[in-house]
Amino acid sequence: MSDLDQKIFDIVVEKTDLPRERLSREARIKDLEISSLDFVEIVFAVEEAFDIEVPYNANTLDSDFGTLGDVIDAVAAEIEKQG
Amino acid sequence: MTRVAITGMGVVSAIGTDVATFRRALLEGAGGLRPPEGLDEVPKGITVVGQVRGFDAEARLGKDRLPLLDPFAQFGLAAADEAIAMAGLDLRADPAAGQRTACIIGTGGAGIATLQDGFTRLFKEGKTRVNPFTVPRYMGNAACSHVTMAHGITGPAFAVTSACASANHAIGLGVHMVRSGMVDRAVVGGTDALVNFGNLKAWEALRVVSRDTCRPFSKDRTGMVVGEGAGVFVLEAWEAAAARGAPVLAEMAGFGMSADAGDITFPSVDGAARAVRACLDDAGLAPDQVDYINAHGTATMANDATEAKVIAAVFGERAATVPVSSTKSFHGHGLGAAGGLELVACVVALQEGFIPATLNFTAPDPDCPLDVVPNTGRAAALQTALSSSFAFGGLNAVLAVRRAG
Repeated sequence: MSDLDQKIFDIVVEKTDLPRERLSREARIKDLEISSLDFVEIVFAVEEAFDIEVPYNANTLDSDFGTLGDVIDAVAAEIEKQG
Repeated sequence: MTRVAITGMGVVSAIGTDVATFRRALLEGAGGLRPPEGLDEVPKGITVVGQVRGFDAEARLGKDRLPLLDPFAQFGLAAADEAIAMAGLDLRADPAAGQRTACIIGTGGAGIATLQDGFTRLFKEGKTRVNPFTVPRYMGNAACSHVTMAHGITGPAFAVTSACASANHAIGLGVHMVRSGMVDRAVVGGTDALVNFGNLKAWEALRVVSRDTCRPFSKDRTGMVVGEGAGVFVLEAWEAAAARGAPVLAEMAGFGMSADAGDITFPSVDGAARAVRACLDDAGLAPDQVDYINAHGTATMANDATEAKVIAAVFGERAATVPVSSTKSFHGHGLGAAGGLELVACVVALQEGFIPATLNFTAPDPDCPLDVVPNTGRAAALQTALSSSFAFGGLNAVLAVRRAG
């Protein structure tokens, strides 16, 4: 598990109270039952932590991000692009 | 029961700063969503807005008044001026009539632009003073108070706030006050001025703003578009309006409201359906007597799918055939002004026998199995229309309006 995975899982645990063992790159956001408002908070926390902007729209959550791995990859790409 | 007539209306919006221009845009299917103009900076997540353009505040309101008027009060006062002139009323000249008149103006954001200007000076520019009129400009009742002052309205007057349902709550209260005989007439509506950097950032942060434009009920919709403006009406007891020979634009037939007591942002089918049913009951209308629904139709995934379920719950098999359009696709989401803009659209629809389109529609969504009058308006013999507002915070307000005569 990379540092980035670790940090993002920390944020998800903090915002959702999900048990850490349920989180993995393959975990589906739908299966984790993360609400769209919780997801807005998670994205905000990730943006603050990495000083990036994540192009996330609550209306297209399902089509944009299937798994936590998709989120992590999007963050990695933005860090690359904006960092 | 006292019937309630609409004898005047006024509008300020992205598709016109008077009723004649707004009417033409609806009839021509000419939407007003464009990239923001005149801002020093535009948030990245904002592509288009329903911004009020070409509004000459000095010509409409007079230069002397402007230092005390936040844009939300400017829009509200200009719309009220138009409505009261259309009704042919001069309440200043008739103090007894002024005392028998109510004024209720809803707003969601109130003087947010004024607050933002003050905070920019303090926290960004390092200045030590703010505009001396910051308080009277930003207060939520400023628009209402300026309407009373300009027109000598000395009866019951106050502002209401319920986010996206503010205007419908204001209008509905006015209906009941006139109907009950508490007042002879009421000047009612909603106003908001929302196209400023801070407010756009706030909406961007919630991640519900569209990536392209406002496509209500369309499968590929990506969210709402921030709008602004004002819609204000003169409501009068029917007999009184007839006695003075006032033009009746339409009849206010009913009003229903409810609270979801559910989620602060996610809408509830049950709560909204109760408001629609309460409105139909108040108007004495059966579901099959509704000819047109001006939907809340924000074009978020959550709202539109929920609203389709609401219509199915109330209208049953007719849900698939009763025409439903969202004029937010023309003027954006006016928040506290939304119900005002949309009631103007409903009155125009009844007067013209014309159902305004839902613009920017590309493909039907199986979750919204409705006749949404896609892209092109439609001639139709209309007797009645509903205008729905389902606000953040789960506060719902629905109006029913009937064709005059």
